[in-house]
Amino acid sequence: MNQYIFHPFVLPFVLGMAFVLTYCLVGLFRIIGQLPKDDRKKFWRSLVTPKTAWANIRDLFGDCLFHVKIWKRNPILGYMHSAIAFGWFMIIVIGHVMLFTLKPLQDVDVHGFARTFTNFYYPIFYKHFAEETPVFAFLMDFFLIVIITGIFIAVVKKIYSGVVGVKRVTKFGFADNMIRFALWTIFPFRLIAEKTNIMAFWWLYSIDLMIFMCMLPFTRYMHIPTEALFILLKHAGLKPREPRKGYALAQIYSCPSCGLCIDACPMSVNDKNSGNTSAYFMKKLRNADDAEAKRIAETCMQCGKCVAVCPVSIESCDIKMSQREATPYIINSDHSYLENVESSSSVNSTVLYFAGCMTQLTPKIMRSMKKIMEAAGENYEFLDKDGGICCGRPMMLSGKKSEAQAMIDKNTELIKKSGAKKLVLSCPICYKVFKEEYKLEGIEIQHHTQYINELIKNGKLKVSKGDVNYVYHDPCELGRAFGVYDEPREVLENVGNLRKAKSEKELSICCGGSLGSFNLTQQERDEITANSVDDLMYNHPDEIVTACPLCLKTFSKKSPVQVKDISEIVSEKI
Amino acid sequence: MDFGFCLSPSSHVKMDSIDLTTFNRLKETNPDVNTCIACGSCTSTCTAGNFTEMSFRRLLLMLQRGKEDEAKKMIQRCMLCGKCTLVCPRGINIRKILLDITR
Repeated sequence: MNQYIFHPFVLPFVLGMAFVLTYCLVGLFRIIGQLPKDDRKKFWRSLVTPKTAWANIRDLFGDCLFHVKIWKRNPILGYMHSAIAFGWFMIIVIGHVMLFTLKPLQDVDVHGFARTFTNFYYPIFYKHFAEETPVFAFLMDFFLIVIITGIFIAVVKKIYSGVVGVKRVTKFGFADNMIRFALWTIFPFRLIAEKTNIMAFWWLYSIDLMIFMCMLPFTRYMHIPTEALFILLKHAGLKPREPRKGYALAQIYSCPSCGLCIDACPMSVNDKNSGNTSAYFMKKLRNADDAEAKRIAETCMQCGKCVAVCPVSIESCDIKMSQREATPYIINSDHSYLENVESSSSVNSTVLYFAGCMTQLTPKIMRSMKKIMEAAGENYEFLDKDGGICCGRPMMLSGKKSEAQAMIDKNTELIKKSGAKKLVLSCPICYKVFKEEYKLEGIEIQHHTQYINELIKNGKLKVSKGDVNYVYHDPCELGRAFGVYDEPREVLENVGNLRKAKSEKELSICCGGSLGSFNLTQQERDEITANSVDDLMYNHPDEIVTACPLCLKTFSKKSPVQVKDISEIVSEKI
Repeated sequence: MDFGFCLSPSSHVKMDSIDLTTFNRLKETNPDVNTCIACGSCTSTCTAGNFTEMSFRRLLLMLQRGKEDEAKKMIQRCMLCGKCTLVCPRGINIRKILLDITR
């Protein structure tokens, strides 16, 4: 072989690269093969549908290349990640572009396979073989320096993560630590090799690349190739059906274990519980540690904050739900007694109010709603004034989706029989399941915050403005799940002054009472509640307002100020 | 000893011969069952109890007395709504206990 195109030190890199490409290709077929048939069809169709195709392109560039979500989370973290990932990408691209300008490569007489093989490694090691034009030389050096600045921040972050606004980072095992060290050293070695042309450094550089490539499939860096596939699958509108197959597997590999979810998770207020966060859950799934994955899935409160902060938008809550659904039960529920339940409410009302189980425990919400609806002159009826049937969401949260159906069917029947045009709910837990699982064609489903806001807006309800300072707590299943952030705030601004909490909207902290968790003890829940209350008290409000009976009950135990439901506040101001 | 009256034979619970496997297993995984004071808050708020004989307090008693079949039949009525857990003055994780009995 010609001395201008080949040297044995390129071989480790070639081996590593060949391995990682083969692995990814096999993985791709495996994941697509594991998708259920209808999901696969959906996936193919989404690739050619203009709307999803556009979303694919937008997110592939925005997330995989420019890392917009990390920049939004923290600019230093964004720079660190972009410097390394985007810088490396640019070096690869520019390397291939300038392949055609390199002398003497273009004059050497190699054809066919030999030429393809040369092009495979040449841009990585070109400096040893050829001279580039000044413009390319500058660009290559520039991006190499950018990468090294990124690595510098990464090293500082390793020593003190507070520099990028991160309190807790994921604890890694041997493989993850080793590949990280390989990644950190690749670029300094390249710089030294290029500037000095010492053979030892070319070898080190190439071997480093090989270590990185060979370890990539077994470490968190697998997120680099998998994220692209995950984005495509996500836009196809798939839901994980099994915790470790198909779409879920793509998500598991896409998790970069960055640990942003660790600080975000309400459970992390107790350091002992920070191991129950999504980053670790994904790791357990990946290592096929089913017992631990099951335990974490059942400890999670399903508040969805990890999904909201995730820079890759991994739907860990959905995967945890599929993990719960995979748990077998020996005794199955039997709700056949529901068939004979008769509605106690009369028909022919326009608005049907369903309080739900939790609101039955906080009757002041029911009383307030009654007062509001009467003041607004609404033709209303209570569906469950003497106790109703559970909406089915708690059953679904326990992984018993099919068994929730009996309740869903009966409630649907009762609601349809009433002939109402609008269904008002006080409990966000109910709201979620009514929105997602119930088939109530022609009936508008509203949470009471939306309903009250509508009544005030169209003038049916007259309220007076007081000078009490409120802070509003976003219930997880109303805010993060459905983006109902503005309606309750508009209502509160009509009756008093609204103060901001420290973490709001999609960053709001779960009250700790969530039905999602099986395992949390009362003491652990109390710690979460205390932390959430502290966060709400940040701007010293006079009262805490929430829109969920469960949050109301949970906060009332720990709050230094009065906690009220939004309907109570409004009914006081009529 | 004969007091001249006694329970009907079908209501007898012979504490020496009953099978307490479920209850003992439960005590291991959920030690808080021991702290129950049988106040009945769970029963009075029970959503399923509104329509059926479902009662967590009684369920626990059944298990303590080895009446597993009756307990298993009762637990099928549960809707897992979690109101019982919320009102329990002892902070017992009743919902978890109910789930653990069924698996």
